[in-house]
Amino acid sequence: MVFEGLSSKLQDTFKKLKGKGKLTEKDIKEATREIKLALLEADVNFKVVKSFVKNINERALGADVLKSLTPGQQVIKIVNDELTSLMGGQPVKLTYSPKGMTVLMLVGLQGAGKTTTAGKLAAYIKKESKKVLLAACDVYRPAAIKQLQVIGKQVDAEVFADTEEKNPVVIAEKALKYAKEHFYDVVIFDTAGRLHIDEALMDELVQIKKSVTPDHIILNIDSMTGQEAVNVAETFNEKISLSGVILTKLDGDTRGGAALSVASVTGKPILFAGMGEKLTDLEIFYPDRMASRILGM
Amino acid sequence: NYSGVYDEEFFEELEEILILSDIGYESTNEIIEKTREIITRENITDKIQVKNAIKLVVKEILKKEDDKHRDIATPAVILIVGVNGVGKTTTIAKLANLYKGMGLNVMLAAGDTFRAAAVEQLEIWAERVGVPIVKNAQGADPSSVIFDALQAAKSRKTDILICDTAGRLHNKDNLMKELSKMNKIINNSSDHFNVYRYLVLDATSGTNALNQTATFNEVTQLDGIILTKLDGSAKGGIIIPIKNQYHIPVEYVGVGEGVEDLQEFIPEDFAEILFE
Ligand SMILES: Nc1nc2c(ncn2[C@@H]2O[C@H](COP(=O)(O)OP(=O)(O)OP(=O)(O)O)[C@@H](O)[C@H]2O)c(=O)[nH]1
Ligand SMILES: Nc1nc2c(ncn2[C@@H]2O[C@H](COP(=O)(O)OP(=O)(O)OP(=O)(O)O)[C@@H](O)[C@H]2O)c(=O)[nH]1
Ligand SMILES: [K+]
Ligand SMILES: [Mg+2]
Ligand SMILES: [Mg+2]
Repeated sequence: MVFEGLSSKLQDTFKKLKGKGKLTEKDIKEATREIKLALLEADVNFKVVKSFVKNINERALGADVLKSLTPGQQVIKIVNDELTSLMGGQPVKLTYSPKGMTVLMLVGLQGAGKTTTAGKLAAYIKKESKKVLLAACDVYRPAAIKQLQVIGKQVDAEVFADTEEKNPVVIAEKALKYAKEHFYDVVIFDTAGRLHIDEALMDELVQIKKSVTPDHIILNIDSMTGQEAVNVAETFNEKISLSGVILTKLDGDTRGGAALSVASVTGKPILFAGMGEKLTDLEIFYPDRMASRILGM
Repeated sequence: NYSGVYDEEFFEELEEILILSDIGYESTNEIIEKTREIITRENITDKIQVKNAIKLVVKEILKKEDDKHRDIATPAVILIVGVNGVGKTTTIAKLANLYKGMGLNVMLAAGDTFRAAAVEQLEIWAERVGVPIVKNAQGADPSSVIFDALQAAKSRKTDILICDTAGRLHNKDNLMKELSKMNKIINNSSDHFNVYRYLVLDATSGTNALNQTATFNEVTQLDGIILTKLDGSAKGGIIIPIKNQYHIPVEYVGVGEGVEDLQEFIPEDFAEILFE
């Protein structure tokens, strides 16, 4: 299960806390040290861990906790609160443009899961009785267009492709025009994977953004990503201003550090979690439920 | 109990650098302790010497005697495994290009019959590199593709057959069983072929790569690791605890999306870049 390692470590720490009647400052320091290690071992970003632990420490050392009759419970509640807010607090639903068409654009590193997620989103949006177009803007990866076409067929959504055109910006413009002419409610742009440090390709995203003015630019992040997750998210956010994040491959046994880091550094919500390779494996992300699950509550 | 100018703050900074490179908490501690030892023992005070001491420690870990780089003996079959999206199919194209450039006959097997357009993707690569491919339709049994490819490679006197497999998360038992079946079929060909199994790891991944290595190694007895996407900003530090625990050699690194973007893994260079 995802978060398993983190979950069991944190719960061990809590067990120790609950076993004690009253807590001393030393107990809390020891507990926060253990929490810090657990988070680091779970790939939560180093900087995120530092500020997280500082928050816990400050709140837990507050007079109320030390005087409380159930101090262990109080600390657990604080950690639960902080974890929830770290992952964005309230769940955020995907919104549609009140008038006209809604334009979504999926971006991310190579292999993050964009094309698959495009299909999953199409299936999800179709269930809300909306007409969805998938636009194939990856001209680089061999058979990327074909991949989207196969996926489009699987979810019964039309795919706009132009195999003659080599410029993704032009394809995006054509796709948008096509979508407008054919009264689509939603169009989803699948873009090629790219490194956040690749200036030329990042600039291409800026160009696509300019020409199709997406309502939502959504970063796909592989849940297995390590410490780099925050740099990736920060850079994409700086360059093209994200509206949210989708965590993919959360069906693995990853320790979930990326999940805990990305929302907090970008301030952008985690909209969905990818839970498998099937095109129905997409779930709305609930920060509070995820926190409770990690803490075994 | 270590000398002079290198105080706790210095080691905390070092800790931060190591953890931010995905080396993991345990290996980070190990590296720090070993560095402290060297600093104390050799009474080092110079910053450059300290840096060298750290690099030395890292190189030691990366350069275990028991996991020397192995040259491929032909005829060979190479099975490429790994989790989703790490770069398996692209790496196969790079390897095919490399071996073909050495004058060897290479053949590919499209063992990913699951992912949308995975066969077409490998087909395009085969065409670009100029090597034959054995394939079947999406949805076909991957083991039978591997079986057919082994027969074809044998009868055509192929030097190296490289088999693609579908990406699979190591915690999915059914998919790992399917992989085990492919592995058995390949093992059965060992009277004719030298068998190699490479795990592809993404340099961007965190400590989950340790779990990946453990499970894939159990199922397919890995001969080597290929670390992809090192052209990104992630340093691939996860390879350090992996080497420490599993002693599986890193054979190649991927540094881009083109067929030429494959390099031999050189521990010295890796250690240098880690502390740039
Ligand atoms: N287990 C699992 N696999 C996933 C999930 N999402 C995507 N994948 C797999 O991850 C791999 C990469 O997915 P793609 O959709 O091709 O990723 P991409 O971001 O479009 O890749 P590029 O276009 O090459 O950058 C495929 O094998 C997918 O089946 C998920 O939520 N869980
Ligand atoms: N920057 C960079 N990208 C790479 C590298 N190797 C592969 N990629 C990209 O990563 C993405 C996924 O590569 P694939 O070869 O399809 O990965 P895979 O492991 O076969 O994926 P699945 O079959 O879906 O599990 C593609 O966009 C590749 O171009 C590399 O070394 N550097
Ligand atoms: K890198
Ligand atoms: Mg794609
Ligand atoms: Mg593949």
